[in-house]
Amino acid sequence: MALLEVNNVSKVFGGLSAVTNLKMKLEAGELVGLIGPNGAGKTTVFNLLTGVYQTTTGDILFDGKNIAGKKPSAINQMGIARTFQNIRLFSDLTVLDNVRIAYHSHVAYKLPAALFRSGRFYAEEDQMAERAVKLLKIFNLDGKKDEIAKNLPYGEQRRLEIARALATEPKFLLLDEPAAGMNPQETAELMNLIRWIRDHFNLTILLIEHDMSLVMGCCERIYVLEYGRVIAQGDPENVKHNPKVIEAYLGEEVTYA
Amino acid sequence: MKRLLTRQNMIITAALLVVYIIVQVLLSTGIISAFYETNLILGGIGIIMAVSLNLITGFAGQFTLGHAGFMAIGAYFSAVMTVKWGMPFILSLLGGACLAAVMGFLIGLPTLRLKGDYLAIATLGMGEVIRVVLLNTKYVGGAAGLFGIPRITNWTWIFVCSVVTVLCIRNLLWSSYGRACISVREDEVAAEIMGVDITHYKVLAFVVGAFFAGLGGALYSHYYYFIQPGGFGFMKSIEYLVMVVLGGMGSITGSVMAAIVLTVINVFLQQYSAIRMILYALLLIIIMIFRPEGLMGSKEFSTAMFRRFERRDDRGSAGGQ
Repeated sequence: MALLEVNNVSKVFGGLSAVTNLKMKLEAGELVGLIGPNGAGKTTVFNLLTGVYQTTTGDILFDGKNIAGKKPSAINQMGIARTFQNIRLFSDLTVLDNVRIAYHSHVAYKLPAALFRSGRFYAEEDQMAERAVKLLKIFNLDGKKDEIAKNLPYGEQRRLEIARALATEPKFLLLDEPAAGMNPQETAELMNLIRWIRDHFNLTILLIEHDMSLVMGCCERIYVLEYGRVIAQGDPENVKHNPKVIEAYLGEEVTYA
Repeated sequence: MKRLLTRQNMIITAALLVVYIIVQVLLSTGIISAFYETNLILGGIGIIMAVSLNLITGFAGQFTLGHAGFMAIGAYFSAVMTVKWGMPFILSLLGGACLAAVMGFLIGLPTLRLKGDYLAIATLGMGEVIRVVLLNTKYVGGAAGLFGIPRITNWTWIFVCSVVTVLCIRNLLWSSYGRACISVREDEVAAEIMGVDITHYKVLAFVVGAFFAGLGGALYSHYYYFIQPGGFGFMKSIEYLVMVVLGGMGSITGSVMAAIVLTVINVFLQQYSAIRMILYALLLIIIMIFRPEGLMGSKEFSTAMFRRFERRDDRGSAGGQ
């Protein structure tokens, strides 16, 4: 059974149809790219998958359960995490707190334990901080755990956002333009990191990216979106040479009579 | 247990005990006059009100203008419990606080879906509704007010209740629950995506804040012999909001300091009663011009400030110390 199945999902904003009859199927463990020209509806797809937007029609099956209409927090607790195109960290909080907030759904102690500072509270808090630091280490951020998130350089903020998403312990990770604003060397490092976390955390990853070197070098399968419709899909080589895709990106060839 | 016996905790406990004993001795020897005692009590209630309001407005980021409404509920219900039902004071305190918390839940559930200005207007309306309902309830004396409440609130009660309030709210904030509340203030969308049920945590902050506001109200009514609905109007809410803003949104110790500072200023200005409010307002304007983030900003006052060369201890920095 597929991990994610999107069946004929549409999203209409007023008179504008942002996504039309979207069909997608992701198997567990896949690393899939979602590309398309600006305004094709890629981020809308992410917002539909994570519950930020409600679908107009169609349903989304995750792990066999329909998640359309559920709250974002409930969807996250089922195992979907994401990052944002324009970074949305808790910018006035420390790096460590950003990650600890994401562990929130896995905290077992109850409110009285927190109010009266029971032994269980300390045990769990210690364990959480330890796990958070371990996770930050993967992203080379453990040395900056007490810094305020907004003071980090841009590339580190991007990495922290991925770390924060992983802290919710997802099965399925959505990355919205993870390489935006990075130089080629940073992009190459990020590509290795994405592959590594997929294997290390047993994740399924769907990523939106404009940097073709990253998409072609990293994704096993690609969906191409234009005007809210899937116009092509398949492995990178196929997609690269698909005339529809070339047309969407470069425009139609003009023949003069 | 070992975690509770840190140097910082012991210093704070010792300092609090010393303050308590000194004031108690000064009170019993009559060095602190009745006038100053009243202000001491009001300052303590101010601490309870400001810290509980800061939880809602400063930490969870929900701008409310109806905090005095919860205070009124606590004040009236506890007074009814002691005067009309003959209950012991401690039960009335808890009863008033609990009813305020229940009202916080009932009012919070629908209104906390609103944001910013809309929430402010809705809570302003809520405060007024509570006041007008009390005004028209014969059972609690209507506009004439409720009489004959025994004076039980004293320095000891105020001291214990303020310490408990500050401690509970601090412990709440420096836990996963508090961090979730703060994440709602920081970015609602990101918080939700990280699995934080934002409505749940907004309501939690509102209920806990209302509980302690009710406690403050109960202490208030058992100090003044009699209470009137007019005493819990919009201006009362503003008074506590001023403390929160002055102390710093998102700083518990800031609220405590602001409550004390404003009470002291008030006492000092009694000598110029004619222009008291003008001076008070001027002072606020001046402070806001020179320290717009409040006395403490979102930092916390701690003994660690005095030994900044030592390694920072990581007590959970969600409070943003």
